[in-house]
Amino acid sequence: MAGKPKLHYTKGRGKMESIRWLLAAAGVEFEEEFIETKEDLEKLRNDGSLLFQQVPMVEIDGMKMVQTRAILSYIAAKIDMYVEGTTDLMGMIMYLPFQPADTKEKNLALIIERVTTRYFPVYEKALKDHGHDYLVGNKLSWADIHLLEAILMAEECKPDILSAFPLLQAFKGRTSNIPTIKKFLQPGSQRKPPADEKFVAVVRKIFNI
Amino acid sequence: MSGKPRLTYCNGRGRMEPVRWLLAAAGVEFEEVFLETREQYEKLIKDGVLMFQQVPLVEIDGMKMVQTRAILSYIAGKYNLYGKDLKERALIDMYVEGITDLMQMILVFPFSPPEAKEKNLDSIKDRAINRYFPVFEKVLKHGQDFLVGNKFSWADVQLIEAILAVEEKIPAVLSGFPQLQAFKIRMSNMPTIKKFLQPGSPRKPPPDECYIETVLKIFKK
Repeated sequence: MAGKPKLHYTKGRGKMESIRWLLAAAGVEFEEEFIETKEDLEKLRNDGSLLFQQVPMVEIDGMKMVQTRAILSYIAAKIDMYVEGTTDLMGMIMYLPFQPADTKEKNLALIIERVTTRYFPVYEKALKDHGHDYLVGNKLSWADIHLLEAILMAEECKPDILSAFPLLQAFKGRTSNIPTIKKFLQPGSQRKPPADEKFVAVVRKIFNI
Repeated sequence: MSGKPRLTYCNGRGRMEPVRWLLAAAGVEFEEVFLETREQYEKLIKDGVLMFQQVPLVEIDGMKMVQTRAILSYIAGKYNLYGKDLKERALIDMYVEGITDLMQMILVFPFSPPEAKEKNLDSIKDRAINRYFPVFEKVLKHGQDFLVGNKFSWADVQLIEAILAVEEKIPAVLSGFPQLQAFKIRMSNMPTIKKFLQPGSPRKPPPDECYIETVLKIFKK
């Protein structure tokens, strides 16, 4: 890719994290410009840099791309990977810190239920059926990266959530050891921590929610 | 292709409507199976036909496809409605995703409680007029007939669907957008789309009370 991609977002996971994962796993270096105040966001909007006034925005190959799925799709195609989605699941987990306190517990229970009865069984079965190391075509693809990210996020919700999924446990071990991914999982990488109270407050302030 | 694509969904727009639009615009005939009872839905799940236990489901080219965006992407690619190269595809993806955010607001609107409806309608109007329509008005100002690569694509189909859907709720919504008005007329006159807009086509009417009741009955846990 001509020049490094530049990511514009707040300094946390949100909708940009999947993009960081994909670039990191593919060994593509990237730069980040963090939105820290409402004024930062306003400036991007006024410059006409945000097609629908929203972030994520990624400057790549002379384009200012927006819409997470479009960005992921473009990157994956360029690196000859393709995708299946665990996006619904990660969307639920992503919004959890922003829920009011009284519904948080119920939503957490719902996430855990969805993960263990709807999503993980599908991937456990896929790995079982073909007996390969990766989800698709016995070659690393976006599907594997997305799944690892989802597994780690789900474990942050419930540490033993993989207890009924031996193949996913093995998958997690293997994928985490891939050099580019291993590097991303280490402290000091561009991977962001889970949303904390402080981050939630910053986001609410910047985006007025 | 072994036979026509077969769509399984409720007898209404919902998340399947963009698929009907895209197939129709591409001139592809399709069959439909309508979910009318909870038992039908549970049978589909039991038969292992729904990958994530959800509809839409589209049986096409030997695959049982789920996840609306994956389905639309596949159809667009197959029928040459996805741009001529990766960059055009990226542009189409951006436009479609933006429009989908707007359509999502319309999709959930009938299911919102009565006291929230007026506020939600105002939100739809605000987003359409201030965020989404201006973008496409500007793109079309360059005097081209279509949104991307001066060739008919998935983005054009998604936009005409959205324009008509918003107009159903806010009739004068295009009043500040002359390019979009012209676009709407152009698209509506394309033979495949014109056919889809006529009575008797697979196009579904806006959701009514009966449809909402059926959906809640089938899917409510």
